[in-house]
Amino acid sequence: MPLSPDEASRFADLLKGHAEKLATRWTDSVATSLRGRLSSAELQRQTGDLQKAFQQALAGGAVDVTDDAAAELRAQLAEISNSRARQGFNATETAVSVYALKDAMLEILGEQSDVATLRDYVAFSTFVDRAALFTFDNYVRVREALIADQAEQLLELSTPVVKLWEGVVAVPLVGTLDSARAQVVMERLLQTLVDTGSPYAIIDITGVPAVDTQVAQHILKTVVAARLMGADCIISGIRPQIAQTIVALGIEFGDIATKASLADALRYVLGKTSYRVVAAKRPER
Amino acid sequence: MNDESQRIPVSTDQDVVRVRQLVRTVAVAVKLSLVDQTKLVTAASELARNTLVYGMGGMVEVSRVHNDRRGGIRIVFADQGPGIVDLDLALTDGYTTGGGLGLGLSGARRLVDEFEIETEPGKGTTVTVVKWCR
Repeated sequence: MPLSPDEASRFADLLKGHAEKLATRWTDSVATSLRGRLSSAELQRQTGDLQKAFQQALAGGAVDVTDDAAAELRAQLAEISNSRARQGFNATETAVSVYALKDAMLEILGEQSDVATLRDYVAFSTFVDRAALFTFDNYVRVREALIADQAEQLLELSTPVVKLWEGVVAVPLVGTLDSARAQVVMERLLQTLVDTGSPYAIIDITGVPAVDTQVAQHILKTVVAARLMGADCIISGIRPQIAQTIVALGIEFGDIATKASLADALRYVLGKTSYRVVAAKRPER
Repeated sequence: MNDESQRIPVSTDQDVVRVRQLVRTVAVAVKLSLVDQTKLVTAASELARNTLVYGMGGMVEVSRVHNDRRGGIRIVFADQGPGIVDLDLALTDGYTTGGGLGLGLSGARRLVDEFEIETEPGKGTTVTVVKWCR
């Protein structure tokens, strides 16, 4: 049952007339659901702003959240859902911030109990529901944007290229190596090879949980690309279970050097260069 | 006899990762050895990707099975895609129509204990694999 313009203005008056009582009741019930994770001053400001926005929207003749008169209300709701989503509140806690208005309003109306009032309240309740749904939609959008941002950040984070020694760079791969990450890894590695003029690169797959044909193909392509640039690639971190799986799958690493650990790979590379790793001699007595 | 079967629809790359995670969880639960876990997870990864890439998406069902002597995992990969025209060719090492290494299907067969494939051109493909505990 939608709100009629008549009812809208009646509720606008109610919101104005009982502003203080409503605000207290509303803030209290939101505070309970958020369990003190937001300061009461902040909460009071938010509900105060929201209440004002509701009142203005209704006074302006809005009968739905999508109406022009409710533009300010929508902006307030969007702000609430933005801040809730960014502060890590869940969907229920966000929606309750709006729904709580219904309880507060019911308490104000509780003094009268005729059918007309009930009818009004149901219509008002529908309006608040729409507002809550709008908040919810917005909340989901913000969360999705957050997740997309984080995924992008993770992509950046998880693919460092580190210098191990003069002329030796290493890529410690951690996690799932999908096409997007493989592309980032390859670009980073090739760029670092150019920047540092390193003739050796070690790709360490200790942190890759499963090496299937797609992962292997990505690694092989990276190795071939590095070779085209004149760098030698060594693959390290091949654990026993991965080795057995690779053999069963039938993946051939050809003449690419592979080592069980990063330490082995570094020793191997140093052995091919002019460096020698030897134990320090004890000083003679 | 089987229990606790779980289904995951496969329509994106993320779903392949989810299949892998589910298979690993169940593999740990039925106490597969680390090598067998890795083999099964890798096989699941290959077959789920086949379902996604060649089968245009489908459904993966993971269930625990047991016979008189031991327990294991059965995974069913089902799609309603174009099916496989020449199964022998598809199971040949190095044969691919999609630009991969051509080892996914044939390699997955070597990674599991039981491997069954039902396919009909135009109707789709269902691959069933079982890995038993040793």
